[in-house]
Amino acid sequence: MEKIYSRTLTIQEDKVSGFCPGCMHSTVVKLIGEVIDELGIIDKSVMITGIGCCGLHMDYIAYDTITAPHGRACAVATGMKRTSPDSLIFTYQGDGDFASIGLAESVSAANRGENITVIFINNGIYGMTGGQMAPTTLLGMKATTAPKGRIAEEHGYPMHMCEILNQLTAPHYLERTSCNTPQNVIKTKNAIKKAFTYQLEGKGFSMVEIVTSCPTNWGLDPLDALDFIEQKMLPEFPLGVIRDKK
Amino acid sequence: METNLCVAGFGGQGVMTLGKFLAQATCDSTDKNVTFFPSYGAEQRGGTANCFVVISDGMIGAPLGDVMDDLIVMNGPSLVKFLPTLKQGGTLFINSSIVDEKDVNRPDVKVVKAPVTEMALDMGNAKVLNVIMLGVYVGYTEVVPPDVVWSTIEHKLGSKPKLLPLNKQAFEKGLEIGRSQK
Amino acid sequence: MARTLMKGCEAIAEAAVRAGCRFFAGYPITPQNEIPEYFARRLPEVGGTFVQGESEVASVNMVYGAAAAGTRSMTSSSSPGIALKSEGISYCAAARIPIVYANISRGGPGVGAIQPAQQDYFQATKASGNGGFEMLVLAPSTVQEAVDLTYAAFDYADRDRNPVLVLADGVIGTMMEPVELPPMKTDEEIAAIKASKKAWACTGHKLDYANRAWIQPGQWNTVIMQQENEKAAALYASWQKDIQVEEYMIEDAEVVIAAYGICARIGKSVVDICRAQGKKVGLIRPITVHPFPYASFDKIDYGVCKGVLDVEMSIPAQLVQDVDLGVKGRCPIETCLCSGGNIMSREAVLEAVDAILAK
Repeated sequence: MEKIYSRTLTIQEDKVSGFCPGCMHSTVVKLIGEVIDELGIIDKSVMITGIGCCGLHMDYIAYDTITAPHGRACAVATGMKRTSPDSLIFTYQGDGDFASIGLAESVSAANRGENITVIFINNGIYGMTGGQMAPTTLLGMKATTAPKGRIAEEHGYPMHMCEILNQLTAPHYLERTSCNTPQNVIKTKNAIKKAFTYQLEGKGFSMVEIVTSCPTNWGLDPLDALDFIEQKMLPEFPLGVIRDKK
Repeated sequence: METNLCVAGFGGQGVMTLGKFLAQATCDSTDKNVTFFPSYGAEQRGGTANCFVVISDGMIGAPLGDVMDDLIVMNGPSLVKFLPTLKQGGTLFINSSIVDEKDVNRPDVKVVKAPVTEMALDMGNAKVLNVIMLGVYVGYTEVVPPDVVWSTIEHKLGSKPKLLPLNKQAFEKGLEIGRSQK
Repeated sequence: MARTLMKGCEAIAEAAVRAGCRFFAGYPITPQNEIPEYFARRLPEVGGTFVQGESEVASVNMVYGAAAAGTRSMTSSSSPGIALKSEGISYCAAARIPIVYANISRGGPGVGAIQPAQQDYFQATKASGNGGFEMLVLAPSTVQEAVDLTYAAFDYADRDRNPVLVLADGVIGTMMEPVELPPMKTDEEIAAIKASKKAWACTGHKLDYANRAWIQPGQWNTVIMQQENEKAAALYASWQKDIQVEEYMIEDAEVVIAAYGICARIGKSVVDICRAQGKKVGLIRPITVHPFPYASFDKIDYGVCKGVLDVEMSIPAQLVQDVDLGVKGRCPIETCLCSGGNIMSREAVLEAVDAILAK
């Protein structure tokens, strides 16, 4: 019988995912793994994880990985890629990591046009620490540090990282995707593949921002969380290619 | 034998270069120990500048001693600031174009005068005042042989050969003044 | 060998290049700007990479990344900037990544003063970041020693897979002095060093669950976390063999000066002056300030020693606490201190020595 699908070897078989039900981290890491598989670059891939739930992958991905201090993944990636230009160097960061504590490192690496890829997981909340407000938290959305919900006068507005980086000249490719529907999962995989391919071609900085859910800290069951993405998150964070220099 | 020298003036008078030339010559052509220590204000331009050069047959402790054997002052404020650090019987070298000998309230020190600002202007390049003063200092003290100092200057100016004749002239004029006041 | 007149900062950078350092990231701060400036000119000549980071925090993490990919890498800063680097240093120590960094220390606390000081002793030797890690901390007192210790620092870092700190001060960093430079490592030697790290470096591995590179500055598993800390503790304990100290005329000394870095050379010149006058003065100069050469203080003859004089450019005194642990109450300890940006006065040290002798 013809084999039309098998699990990616880039995730260790004997390890169990530690993610909450409905979490999309596992989806994205599977997609990354499939892309690495398909491109045949397992032996040159390095994931730099941020701090937070994104770091839960380190135990069971099957390729090289290093944990960066909170927010510093793009700086670590800079040092790594500059000295190891043949490796595929990508960061895997949440919204607190990439857009709050790591804002300087993120924007500066993008502005230098570092030949790295950022996989940016935007679920509008801090996950591992228990539901605190993120720079991407929606207006009115409750967080443990914004018990009345995000208020513009007090907290400002959600940050749109693709659009912010689009103000810079250097970045090569910026796309925002989601994983809330099968179609969007496929688009996310294609975006990751495109970003990695650009890096392998030496084209410079690329980022895929993936709008995901956090059912646990949103206080929703996984299916309702998918609706929340569709109805609340995507109007604030519209999907699509923000920049593609090709 | 250890010589502690302080060179002080305005930023832009080439004070640091003077000190560095001396230290470089000592390093290149003698077995002596030498240190050069710069001291700047936080300003990039126009502030005061001073540096310290220690030349010694033995180990050098501080690159900036408490008491100076020799002091070169290129402007008035530096005289006020550094004259108290000059040891009894020490030698003071003044840029007599803008530092008034009457302000030297230390009868216990030897004063060597050279109007280096005017001399440099007469030579057509205000910048060579430090090279004249270096000549004065080396001519007077012979702490390092003058030919060694000149070859260091020559080497350092290697990328600007056009400036060599002027600097050679400046250095020699300085040597003459220094030797004549021994 | 030929002598070259070099500024301390530039000499440190050249020594690093000669030791095979091929990546440097840093951020401007006085009085260490000549280190990044030198690397910016020099590294491209030898096929290396210089990056001016957007901050000290970013710079140290770039170095973490480059070193984790197997390249000999360095950063530098001065006191307030070193404080910012503490996060990355702690990560390097936890993840056992070999990096070298230099602190050309200035006044403090806070923005302090741009002039030289030794206010960072505790930070350097006791807690350069969270988590109780330790490092070899090397404290040069001449430009030549800054060169030699920086060159050696890369070997120590690679041997131990641990950060090494060169603790200099603004005087050592900004003064010029003749130096003899160590040999330049060849491209082949540098490639061999990098190749020797291939097993653990993050540059990609063939698919093999057990043998991928897995660089972790922390552990989810509490048992493994404790094991990692025990391994680190064993490493730190092994450094007793690496202690370097200069003991100068202490056997018969009635006064022993204890000082490191710039103060030590001033102290040594005081010893020479005193000995010429028939005064029995000696010097203990820790070259590794961590681990500290406590045992040197056992060589003092406490039957004749009237006191140990701690000389440091720090107020309050910091080194004195380690001196105290070495002396163990066997004689009085006095201090001769300055701070605020002025260099230690030889006259002041001489007076302090005389005051002890007069007792």
